[in-house]
Amino acid sequence: MDVLDIARWQFGITTVYHFLMVPLTIGLGILVAVMHTMWVRTDKPEWLRMTRFWGRVYLINFVLGVATGLVQEFQFGLAWSEYSRFVGDVFGSLLALEALLAFFLESTFLGLWIFGWGRIPKKVHLATLWAAVIGSIVSAYFIIAANSWMQHPVGVVTDDATGRPVQVDFFAVLTNNTALAAFSHTIVAALMVAGAALVGIGLWHLRKGALAGAPTTDPDHHVWRRSVRLGGWVSVAAFLLTAVTGDYQAKLMYEQQPLKMSSAEALCTTEAPAPFSVFAFGKLGSNECDDVHSWTVPYLLSYLAHGDFSTAVPGVNELQEEYSAAYGATYPDDPSFGDKAGEPIDYTPLLAVTYWNFRLMIGMGMLSAAVGGYALWSTRRGRVPTNPIAVYGSVLAIGAPFVANAAGWIFTEMGRQPFVVYPNPDVPREDQVYFFTAQAVSPGVTATEVWTSLIGLTLVYGALAVVELWLLTRFVRRGVTTSDGAPTPGHTPEGSPDDDVSGGADVTPGSASTRRESDDDVLSFAY
Amino acid sequence: MDLQTLWFAAVAVLWTGFLLLEGFDFGVAALIPVIGRKPADRHLMLRSIGPLWDGNEVWLITAAGAVFAAFPGWYATWLPVLYLPFVLVLFGLIIRAVAFEWRHSHHTAQWDSTWTHVITAGSLIAALGVGAALGGTTLGLPIDGDGIRVGGAFAGVTWSALLGGVALLAWSTVHGAVFLALKTDGPVRLAARRFAVRWSPVAALPLLAWAGLVHLRSGTFVTGALWLVAALAVLVAWTRIRVDREGQAFSAWAVVMLASAATIFGAVYPVVVVSSIDPAFSVTIAEASVSDYTLTIMTWAAGFGLPVVLGYQAWTYWVFRKRLTADPGTPHAQEPVHA
Ligand code: HDD
Ligand code: HEM
Ligand code: HEM
Repeated sequence: MDVLDIARWQFGITTVYHFLMVPLTIGLGILVAVMHTMWVRTDKPEWLRMTRFWGRVYLINFVLGVATGLVQEFQFGLAWSEYSRFVGDVFGSLLALEALLAFFLESTFLGLWIFGWGRIPKKVHLATLWAAVIGSIVSAYFIIAANSWMQHPVGVVTDDATGRPVQVDFFAVLTNNTALAAFSHTIVAALMVAGAALVGIGLWHLRKGALAGAPTTDPDHHVWRRSVRLGGWVSVAAFLLTAVTGDYQAKLMYEQQPLKMSSAEALCTTEAPAPFSVFAFGKLGSNECDDVHSWTVPYLLSYLAHGDFSTAVPGVNELQEEYSAAYGATYPDDPSFGDKAGEPIDYTPLLAVTYWNFRLMIGMGMLSAAVGGYALWSTRRGRVPTNPIAVYGSVLAIGAPFVANAAGWIFTEMGRQPFVVYPNPDVPREDQVYFFTAQAVSPGVTATEVWTSLIGLTLVYGALAVVELWLLTRFVRRGVTTSDGAPTPGHTPEGSPDDDVSGGADVTPGSASTRRESDDDVLSFAY
Repeated sequence: MDLQTLWFAAVAVLWTGFLLLEGFDFGVAALIPVIGRKPADRHLMLRSIGPLWDGNEVWLITAAGAVFAAFPGWYATWLPVLYLPFVLVLFGLIIRAVAFEWRHSHHTAQWDSTWTHVITAGSLIAALGVGAALGGTTLGLPIDGDGIRVGGAFAGVTWSALLGGVALLAWSTVHGAVFLALKTDGPVRLAARRFAVRWSPVAALPLLAWAGLVHLRSGTFVTGALWLVAALAVLVAWTRIRVDREGQAFSAWAVVMLASAATIFGAVYPVVVVSSIDPAFSVTIAEASVSDYTLTIMTWAAGFGLPVVLGYQAWTYWVFRKRLTADPGTPHAQEPVHA
């Protein structure tokens, strides 16, 4: 493999990995903030216990998102320096604004929330969590605006001297229709991840409690039941919203990157009306569209692409020719294209990848919504499901929305190949800004270096995943602990204080009894 | 002042902010094996930086982001030249971040001490690496006229880069010690103060050498004066810590970095990546910068955003302003393991 391929693998692996933590952070952050708000408003102990239990899951996951996000920030310069030079006028400022306006908010206020139990007024303490959660959402907005600009560059003109885009309309970059669509789709997809976690873990604990004969008046029972109900509703509702926002995205992509969508449908030749493919099979290893056969539903694709049952949808073969005519049949014979210089350009993304990842995304989302629906139905009017297959199945299905998210991104990113910055079809050809992935990689870096970092990062990420899963499973199995609710009378009303207080000089007199309790306090940070 | 100069100054301020803030958490972590002999002391040390380290680290992300945003030519030259060293820094930061969180997620003596060591190791790597990267870009990296590295994967690791690494680590360690003296009480406070008294005169030498070298190459009268301020501040910090004026010592020691960083960035201006091959190959702000339009937008964003960030970060420091002690009455102080 040459530097380009290794660098692409590295980017793909590290980014998809980062995006395992991100949706859980965003989704669970929102839900924990809701739980905390409910506790502050109702004073019901189960909301406090939920806040503390799910808050801990949120934090264990958060830190891995931070650790892997750091790599993301530097990757563009390390392996993709020519990309960074090319897009610098637009892309860098979005990353910097993300750090300035979002990451500071997230990290500072999360520190205050973690260490602030019993130390800052109750409502202010709640506000610190909301501030952190808003930070996550703002962060998602900026990074998606950056990504969407590469999918659909707006607000720029080409500099004649350097050939690079120069930003002329920052507002257009922020309100890129691609960004608004992708942002809303990503946020609801993140809620699906959190919903599935609440459902799977909640059902497992409910069943465990029921089998152990715990009375339904047990406070823990309320915690898990509320979690399952909340998670179930979120899963179902968020799925419907992903479908709505996804449908909008698909329509946009038919205009902006028709090749991505037609290859996602294995539609080889232009058809009017176009059929929707349900299942496709082709020659292994062939990227020739005509080698693909599929079972189809007539008319449906025209509807999905344009909202009516008759409009023609362009096929891969026609589009390939159109793009070759517009952007060249071969890469320019220029050293900046490395090994690819002078080679023919395939404008069709890998058909199997786009086709199957698109279906995987939707399929896993449907599965997750079905599990959410099952959870609501099986816990109706105080029931507790004990069927092991259903309950363990729901635990396994926690993974489904993660897979759907990863599949969606792999589809999006690999579907825009061979461009890293895709030409915007609304702009006249001679003014278009575009950049091939083959030009984007750092010229001075050797394959050995990128191999070293790819292998090193993959090993470290693998090890982190093992420890993380072990810790999370252990923590989740243990469940809610005694100190999660019961605030000690006469002491801080917010429940037991964190360790910092109990071990610190500013310890309040008479708190000796809470000290021991705080030992298994799930939110305490035991420094 | 034109926008490029303004943003050169802004980037310098962000890097300096990062060094001042993350410097003490690097330093506290580096001191754990030195003065944190008892588990209770170690916990106390980690507690002093617990709520702060992540916010501090965002200064690094913002500084790097601002380099990309304002000077993509700097970002795209600097990172590939030091590819493996930067990757190593990332490893250090990754293991450090997860160790902070995982340390207390499971409770055995072995687990606790392993992750505590990981925090120290990660901080050492990160401090050395970031210092080396800044040392390299201000003292000289082997780049040709296209900004591409001359020589193999480690050609960027030069003596001057190493000087930067040692300078940051040494300064941070004393910064961490003075911070502990200011923030804690009991044996840790005493040990930290003793450490600072003994090492502060020496620990500033590499930093002063780095600033001095950049000044000698391309400095002005002003950067010379700033260098003198840095050197004087070392003396002030040393005399203050000797008489137990921890707050004053902490401020003076911060001035050492502030004035040194001002010397370095002031002297190297308008160059952002110094070429050690030929000064003509050095990358200047004019070559590296984005358009004035983009700089204007960022000026507005930073003009509103940065004061707000400074405001709420200051509030955090105020909320966690109390001195911490490892109260011997708590179970944590007696048991080797945090139960
Ligand atoms: C739980 C996760 C999940 C679920 C259930 C869905 N998606 Fe999705 N999808 C994502 C998670 C996702 C994502 C977060 O991974 C992506 C990647 C980029 C983006 O904006 O969102 C994505 C991208 C993405 C794109 C590509 C956009 C682009 O290239 O810019 C389209 C066309 C759709 N989705 C359409 C759908 C449709 C029609 C769905 C019907 C139910 C759907 N998605 C469900
Ligand atoms: C978090 C969600 C994201 C995921 C899962 C993701 C996934 C991927 C994958 C799988 C690749 C490899 C493509 C290939 O090998 O063909 C890739 C490439 C790339 N992505 Fe993304 N991406 C994400 C978000 C972003 C964002 C937000 C940006 C920009 C801000 C971005 C920029 C890039 C770049 C520069 C490349 C390298 C060029 C290439 O190979 O296409 N990605 N990404
Ligand atoms: C490839 C481009 C990306 C870059 C450069 C990047 C950068 C980073 C960095 C540096 C952090 C650590 C922040 C801290 O220390 O507090 C981080 C965390 C985070 N990122 Fe990313 N990121 C990328 C992709 C994404 C995407 C696509 C999203 C959202 C849709 C996202 C959302 C988040 C969130 C919410 C966090 C908070 C912590 C966590 O993830 O658990 N990131 N990212």
